[in-house]
Amino acid sequence: MNNKLKTLAKGILDVSPLMIPVFPFGIIYGVIGMELGIGPYMTLGLSIIIFGGASQIVLLQLFSGGASSLVIFSSVGAVNSRHLLYGAVLSEHLSTLKLTWKIILSYVMVDQAFAVSNSYFKKNKKNQNKHYHLLGAGFTCWTIWQISTILGIVLGSVVPEELGLSFTISLTFLALLINDFRKFKNIIVMLVSGIIATIGFNVIPFKAYIIVSALSALIVATLLTLTETNKK
Amino acid sequence: MHWSLIIYCGVITYLTRFSMVFLLKKDIFNNKSKKILSYVPAAIFPAIIFPPIFLDNSGSLDLENNPKIIAAIFAIIVGFLSKNIIATIFVGLTSYWFLIFVV
Repeated sequence: MNNKLKTLAKGILDVSPLMIPVFPFGIIYGVIGMELGIGPYMTLGLSIIIFGGASQIVLLQLFSGGASSLVIFSSVGAVNSRHLLYGAVLSEHLSTLKLTWKIILSYVMVDQAFAVSNSYFKKNKKNQNKHYHLLGAGFTCWTIWQISTILGIVLGSVVPEELGLSFTISLTFLALLINDFRKFKNIIVMLVSGIIATIGFNVIPFKAYIIVSALSALIVATLLTLTETNKK
Repeated sequence: MHWSLIIYCGVITYLTRFSMVFLLKKDIFNNKSKKILSYVPAAIFPAIIFPPIFLDNSGSLDLENNPKIIAAIFAIIVGFLSKNIIATIFVGLTSYWFLIFVV
Protein backbone atom coordinates (compact mmCIF):
# COMPACT_ATOMS: atom_id res chain seq x y z
CA MET A 1 0.00 0.00 0.00
CA ASN A 2 1.44 3.39 -0.85
CA ASN A 3 1.86 6.18 1.65
CA LYS A 4 -1.21 8.16 0.55
CA LEU A 5 -3.56 5.21 0.95
CA LYS A 6 -1.91 4.22 4.22
CA THR A 7 -2.38 7.71 5.66
CA LEU A 8 -5.97 7.84 4.39
CA ALA A 9 -6.70 4.48 6.04
CA LYS A 10 -5.07 5.68 9.27
CA GLY A 11 -7.40 8.70 9.28
CA ILE A 12 -10.45 6.48 8.84
CA LEU A 13 -9.24 4.10 11.56
CA ASP A 14 -8.38 6.89 14.04
CA VAL A 15 -11.74 8.64 13.76
CA SER A 16 -13.88 5.48 13.84
CA PRO A 17 -14.28 5.18 17.64
CA LEU A 18 -15.51 8.79 17.73
CA MET A 19 -18.30 7.84 15.32
CA ILE A 20 -20.10 5.77 17.98
CA PRO A 21 -21.83 8.78 19.59
CA VAL A 22 -22.18 10.60 16.23
CA PHE A 23 -24.40 7.89 14.84
CA PRO A 24 -27.27 8.18 17.38
CA PHE A 25 -26.89 11.98 17.25
CA GLY A 26 -27.52 11.86 13.49
CA ILE A 27 -30.54 9.62 13.99
CA ILE A 28 -31.95 12.01 16.62
CA TYR A 29 -31.36 14.93 14.25
CA GLY A 30 -33.21 13.14 11.41
CA VAL A 31 -36.13 12.21 13.65
CA ILE A 32 -36.46 15.79 14.92
CA GLY A 33 -36.30 17.20 11.41
CA MET A 34 -39.23 14.98 10.48
CA GLU A 35 -41.15 15.79 13.68
CA LEU A 36 -40.84 19.51 13.02
CA GLY A 37 -42.24 18.91 9.58
CA ILE A 38 -39.52 20.31 7.32
CA GLY A 39 -39.65 17.11 5.26
CA PRO A 40 -37.04 14.57 4.22
CA TYR A 41 -35.30 16.67 1.53
CA MET A 42 -34.62 19.67 3.73
CA THR A 43 -33.62 17.47 6.67
CA LEU A 44 -31.01 15.73 4.53
CA GLY A 45 -30.20 18.97 2.69
CA LEU A 46 -29.15 20.59 5.97
CA SER A 47 -26.83 17.66 6.71
CA ILE A 48 -25.16 18.01 3.32
CA ILE A 49 -25.07 21.80 3.01
CA ILE A 50 -24.27 22.77 6.61
CA PHE A 51 -22.73 19.49 7.84
CA GLY A 52 -22.57 20.54 11.49
CA GLY A 53 -24.83 18.64 13.89
CA ALA A 54 -25.13 21.13 16.73
CA SER A 55 -25.85 24.06 14.43
CA GLN A 56 -28.40 22.04 12.43
CA ILE A 57 -30.38 21.31 15.58
CA VAL A 58 -30.16 24.94 16.69
CA LEU A 59 -31.48 25.96 13.28
CA LEU A 60 -34.44 23.56 13.57
CA GLN A 61 -35.22 24.63 17.11
CA LEU A 62 -35.17 28.35 16.31
CA PHE A 63 -37.13 27.81 13.12
CA SER A 64 -39.88 25.91 14.95
CA GLY A 65 -39.94 28.69 17.57
CA GLY A 66 -40.62 31.23 14.84
CA ALA A 67 -37.26 33.02 14.86
CA SER A 68 -36.33 35.32 11.97
CA SER A 69 -33.84 34.29 9.30
CA LEU A 70 -31.28 36.80 10.58
CA VAL A 71 -31.40 35.36 14.10
CA ILE A 72 -31.17 31.80 12.76
CA PHE A 73 -28.24 32.76 10.53
CA SER A 74 -26.29 34.47 13.32
CA SER A 75 -27.00 31.68 15.79
CA VAL A 76 -25.68 29.10 13.33
CA GLY A 77 -22.59 31.29 12.84
CA ALA A 78 -22.11 31.58 16.61
CA VAL A 79 -22.41 27.83 17.19
CA ASN A 80 -19.89 27.16 14.43
CA SER A 81 -17.43 29.89 15.42
CA ARG A 82 -15.36 27.21 17.18
CA HIS A 83 -14.16 26.08 13.73
CA LEU A 84 -12.14 29.29 13.49
CA LEU A 85 -9.94 27.78 16.17
CA TYR A 86 -9.62 24.49 14.30
CA GLY A 87 -8.67 26.27 11.08
CA ALA A 88 -6.08 28.41 12.84
CA VAL A 89 -4.53 25.41 14.57
CA LEU A 90 -4.41 23.32 11.38
CA SER A 91 -3.29 26.17 9.07
CA GLU A 92 0.34 25.52 9.96
CA HIS A 93 0.11 21.97 8.60
CA LEU A 94 -2.02 22.79 5.55
CA SER A 95 -0.39 26.04 4.38
CA THR A 96 1.73 24.42 1.63
CA LEU A 97 -1.24 22.64 0.03
CA LYS A 98 -2.93 23.74 -3.19
CA LEU A 99 -6.11 25.81 -2.92
CA THR A 100 -8.25 22.90 -4.13
CA TRP A 101 -7.06 20.80 -1.20
CA LYS A 102 -7.82 23.62 1.24
CA ILE A 103 -11.32 23.98 -0.20
CA ILE A 104 -12.04 20.24 0.08
CA LEU A 105 -10.49 19.71 3.52
CA SER A 106 -12.30 22.74 4.99
CA TYR A 107 -15.66 21.18 4.15
CA VAL A 108 -14.94 18.15 6.35
CA MET A 109 -13.08 19.94 9.16
CA VAL A 110 -15.57 18.94 11.86
CA ASP A 111 -14.93 18.42 15.60
CA GLN A 112 -14.04 14.72 15.48
CA ALA A 113 -11.87 14.95 12.36
CA PHE A 114 -10.03 17.93 13.78
CA ALA A 115 -9.37 16.12 17.05
CA VAL A 116 -7.74 13.04 15.51
CA SER A 117 -5.97 14.72 12.57
CA ASN A 118 -4.50 17.48 14.70
CA SER A 119 -2.80 14.95 16.95
CA TYR A 120 -1.67 12.95 13.90
CA PHE A 121 -0.18 16.08 12.27
CA LYS A 122 1.77 16.92 15.41
CA LYS A 123 3.33 13.45 15.51
CA ASN A 124 3.92 13.09 11.74
CA LYS A 125 5.19 16.50 10.60
CA LYS A 126 7.50 14.92 8.02
CA ASN A 127 4.85 12.88 6.20
CA GLN A 128 4.40 14.66 2.84
CA ASN A 129 0.89 13.22 2.50
CA LYS A 130 -0.31 13.88 6.03
CA HIS A 131 -3.34 15.78 4.71
CA TYR A 132 -4.74 12.44 3.52
CA HIS A 133 -5.32 11.68 7.19
CA LEU A 134 -7.76 14.59 7.47
CA LEU A 135 -9.36 13.58 4.17
CA GLY A 136 -10.00 10.05 5.50
CA ALA A 137 -11.16 11.16 8.94
CA GLY A 138 -13.33 13.98 7.55
CA PHE A 139 -15.12 11.94 4.92
CA THR A 140 -15.70 9.14 7.41
CA CYS A 141 -17.55 11.69 9.58
CA TRP A 142 -19.42 12.92 6.50
CA THR A 143 -20.53 9.44 5.45
CA ILE A 144 -21.64 8.45 8.96
CA TRP A 145 -23.51 11.75 9.37
CA GLN A 146 -25.43 11.34 6.11
CA ILE A 147 -26.29 7.66 6.74
CA SER A 148 -27.50 8.36 10.28
CA THR A 149 -29.52 11.37 9.07
CA ILE A 150 -31.28 9.16 6.50
CA LEU A 151 -31.96 6.50 9.14
CA GLY A 152 -33.41 9.22 11.38
CA ILE A 153 -35.63 10.46 8.55
CA VAL A 154 -36.97 6.93 8.04
CA LEU A 155 -37.49 6.41 11.77
CA GLY A 156 -38.96 9.90 12.21
CA SER A 157 -41.92 9.03 10.04
CA VAL A 158 -42.85 6.08 12.32
CA VAL A 159 -41.81 7.20 15.84
CA PRO A 160 -44.82 8.47 17.83
CA GLU A 161 -44.62 12.00 19.20
CA GLU A 162 -45.61 10.88 22.73
CA LEU A 163 -42.12 9.51 23.31
CA GLY A 164 -40.99 13.09 23.89
CA LEU A 165 -37.98 12.76 21.63
CA SER A 166 -37.49 16.53 21.60
CA PHE A 167 -36.09 16.05 25.10
CA THR A 168 -33.22 14.17 23.46
CA ILE A 169 -32.01 17.51 22.05
CA SER A 170 -31.28 18.73 25.56
CA LEU A 171 -29.82 15.35 26.51
CA THR A 172 -27.56 15.17 23.48
CA PHE A 173 -26.07 18.60 24.07
CA LEU A 174 -25.72 17.80 27.75
CA ALA A 175 -23.82 14.65 26.82
CA LEU A 176 -21.51 16.66 24.53
CA LEU A 177 -20.47 18.71 27.56
CA ILE A 178 -19.58 15.81 29.90
CA ASN A 179 -15.86 16.58 29.72
CA ASP A 180 -16.61 20.05 31.15
CA PHE A 181 -18.47 18.76 34.22
CA ARG A 182 -15.30 18.39 36.26
CA LYS A 183 -13.95 21.87 35.52
CA PHE A 184 -15.17 24.54 37.91
CA LYS A 185 -14.76 27.48 35.50
CA ASN A 186 -16.61 25.66 32.72
CA ILE A 187 -19.47 25.00 35.12
CA ILE A 188 -19.71 28.73 35.85
CA VAL A 189 -19.76 29.52 32.12
CA MET A 190 -22.43 26.85 31.53
CA LEU A 191 -24.64 28.15 34.32
CA VAL A 192 -24.38 31.76 33.10
CA SER A 193 -25.41 30.69 29.61
CA GLY A 194 -28.24 28.41 30.75
CA ILE A 195 -29.75 30.79 33.27
CA ILE A 196 -29.68 33.79 30.93
CA ALA A 197 -31.25 31.68 28.17
CA THR A 198 -34.03 30.45 30.46
CA ILE A 199 -34.86 33.93 31.75
CA GLY A 200 -34.31 35.52 28.36
CA PHE A 201 -36.38 32.99 26.42
CA ASN A 202 -39.50 35.12 26.82
CA VAL A 203 -37.86 38.48 27.51
CA ILE A 204 -35.24 38.82 24.78
CA PRO A 205 -36.88 39.80 21.48
CA PHE A 206 -36.54 38.01 18.12
CA LYS A 207 -35.60 34.68 19.79
CA ALA A 208 -32.08 36.05 20.09
CA TYR A 209 -31.69 34.34 23.46
CA ILE A 210 -29.08 31.87 22.19
CA ILE A 211 -26.80 34.63 20.90
CA VAL A 212 -27.32 36.87 23.93
CA SER A 213 -26.67 34.12 26.47
CA ALA A 214 -23.72 32.72 24.50
CA LEU A 215 -22.07 36.15 24.28
CA SER A 216 -22.67 36.84 27.98
CA ALA A 217 -21.18 33.48 28.90
CA LEU A 218 -18.19 34.12 26.61
CA ILE A 219 -17.58 37.47 28.34
CA VAL A 220 -17.54 35.61 31.66
CA ALA A 221 -15.18 33.03 30.12
CA THR A 222 -12.91 35.86 28.93
CA LEU A 223 -12.85 37.42 32.39
CA LEU A 224 -12.09 34.06 33.97
CA THR A 225 -9.24 33.47 31.50
CA LEU A 226 -7.72 36.93 31.93
CA THR A 227 -7.76 36.86 35.74
CA GLU A 228 -6.17 33.43 35.61
CA THR A 229 -3.13 34.66 33.65
CA ASN A 230 -2.74 37.76 35.79
CA LYS A 231 -2.18 35.60 38.82
CA LYS A 232 0.80 33.84 37.26
CA MET B 1 -38.25 27.44 5.60
CA HIS B 2 -36.57 28.56 2.42
CA TRP B 3 -33.65 26.79 0.80
CA SER B 4 -31.95 30.19 0.62
CA LEU B 5 -31.68 30.30 4.44
CA ILE B 6 -30.14 26.82 4.46
CA ILE B 7 -27.62 27.91 1.84
CA TYR B 8 -26.69 31.09 3.75
CA CYS B 9 -26.22 29.00 6.90
CA GLY B 10 -24.11 26.55 4.90
CA VAL B 11 -21.95 29.39 3.57
CA ILE B 12 -21.32 30.94 7.01
CA THR B 13 -20.49 27.50 8.43
CA TYR B 14 -18.11 26.78 5.57
CA LEU B 15 -16.43 30.15 6.04
CA THR B 16 -15.78 29.45 9.74
CA ARG B 17 -13.86 26.36 8.58
CA PHE B 18 -12.18 27.72 5.46
CA SER B 19 -11.24 31.31 6.42
CA MET B 20 -8.39 30.50 8.80
CA VAL B 21 -6.97 27.73 6.61
CA PHE B 22 -7.06 30.12 3.65
CA LEU B 23 -5.71 33.24 5.37
CA LEU B 24 -3.10 31.94 7.78
CA LYS B 25 0.30 30.44 7.12
CA LYS B 26 0.65 29.47 10.72
CA ASP B 27 -1.31 29.62 13.91
CA ILE B 28 -1.65 33.24 15.12
CA PHE B 29 -3.90 32.77 18.11
CA ASN B 30 -2.14 33.12 21.42
CA ASN B 31 -2.88 30.76 24.29
CA LYS B 32 -5.32 33.18 25.90
CA SER B 33 -7.56 33.48 22.84
CA LYS B 34 -7.42 29.72 22.37
CA LYS B 35 -8.49 29.21 25.95
CA ILE B 36 -11.42 31.58 25.40
CA LEU B 37 -12.47 29.87 22.14
CA SER B 38 -12.33 26.52 23.92
CA TYR B 39 -15.18 27.79 26.10
CA VAL B 40 -17.50 28.21 23.06
CA PRO B 41 -19.37 24.89 23.54
CA ALA B 42 -19.79 25.54 27.28
CA ALA B 43 -21.08 29.03 26.46
CA ILE B 44 -23.56 27.99 23.77
CA PHE B 45 -24.88 24.50 24.49
CA PRO B 46 -26.55 25.35 27.85
CA ALA B 47 -28.58 28.01 26.02
CA ILE B 48 -29.99 25.13 23.96
CA ILE B 49 -30.24 22.70 26.90
CA PHE B 50 -31.89 24.80 29.62
CA PRO B 51 -35.06 26.45 28.18
CA PRO B 52 -36.80 23.23 26.99
CA ILE B 53 -36.10 21.58 30.37
CA PHE B 54 -37.10 24.39 32.71
CA LEU B 55 -39.92 26.03 30.72
CA ASP B 56 -43.28 24.44 29.96
CA ASN B 57 -45.12 24.73 26.64
CA SER B 58 -46.48 28.16 27.53
CA GLY B 59 -42.99 29.41 28.34
CA SER B 60 -43.37 29.79 32.11
CA LEU B 61 -40.93 28.38 34.64
CA ASP B 62 -41.83 24.82 35.64
CA LEU B 63 -39.82 23.66 38.66
CA GLU B 64 -42.28 21.42 40.51
CA ASN B 65 -42.63 17.76 39.59
CA ASN B 66 -40.88 18.36 36.30
CA PRO B 67 -39.71 14.95 34.99
CA LYS B 68 -37.24 16.63 32.61
CA ILE B 69 -35.30 18.21 35.47
CA ILE B 70 -35.10 14.90 37.35
CA ALA B 71 -34.10 12.98 34.21
CA ALA B 72 -31.47 15.62 33.39
CA ILE B 73 -30.00 15.29 36.90
CA PHE B 74 -29.69 11.51 36.42
CA ALA B 75 -28.02 12.12 33.07
CA ILE B 76 -25.57 14.61 34.61
CA ILE B 77 -24.62 12.16 37.38
CA VAL B 78 -24.02 9.36 34.86
CA GLY B 79 -22.11 11.71 32.55
CA PHE B 80 -19.96 12.94 35.43
CA LEU B 81 -19.10 9.44 36.58
CA SER B 82 -18.79 7.59 33.27
CA LYS B 83 -17.72 10.34 30.83
CA ASN B 84 -19.64 8.25 28.28
CA ILE B 85 -21.85 10.15 25.81
CA ILE B 86 -24.16 7.26 24.93
CA ALA B 87 -24.64 6.17 28.55
CA THR B 88 -25.57 9.77 29.43
CA ILE B 89 -28.22 10.06 26.71
CA PHE B 90 -29.51 6.53 27.43
CA VAL B 91 -29.96 7.07 31.18
CA GLY B 92 -31.53 10.50 30.65
CA LEU B 93 -34.05 9.21 28.13
CA THR B 94 -34.97 5.98 29.95
CA SER B 95 -35.42 7.76 33.29
CA TYR B 96 -37.58 10.36 31.52
CA TRP B 97 -39.75 7.61 29.99
CA PHE B 98 -39.93 5.86 33.38
CA LEU B 99 -41.12 9.09 35.01
CA ILE B 100 -43.77 9.95 32.44
CA PHE B 101 -45.10 6.45 31.65
CA VAL B 102 -44.63 4.45 34.84
CA VAL B 103 -44.58 6.76 37.88
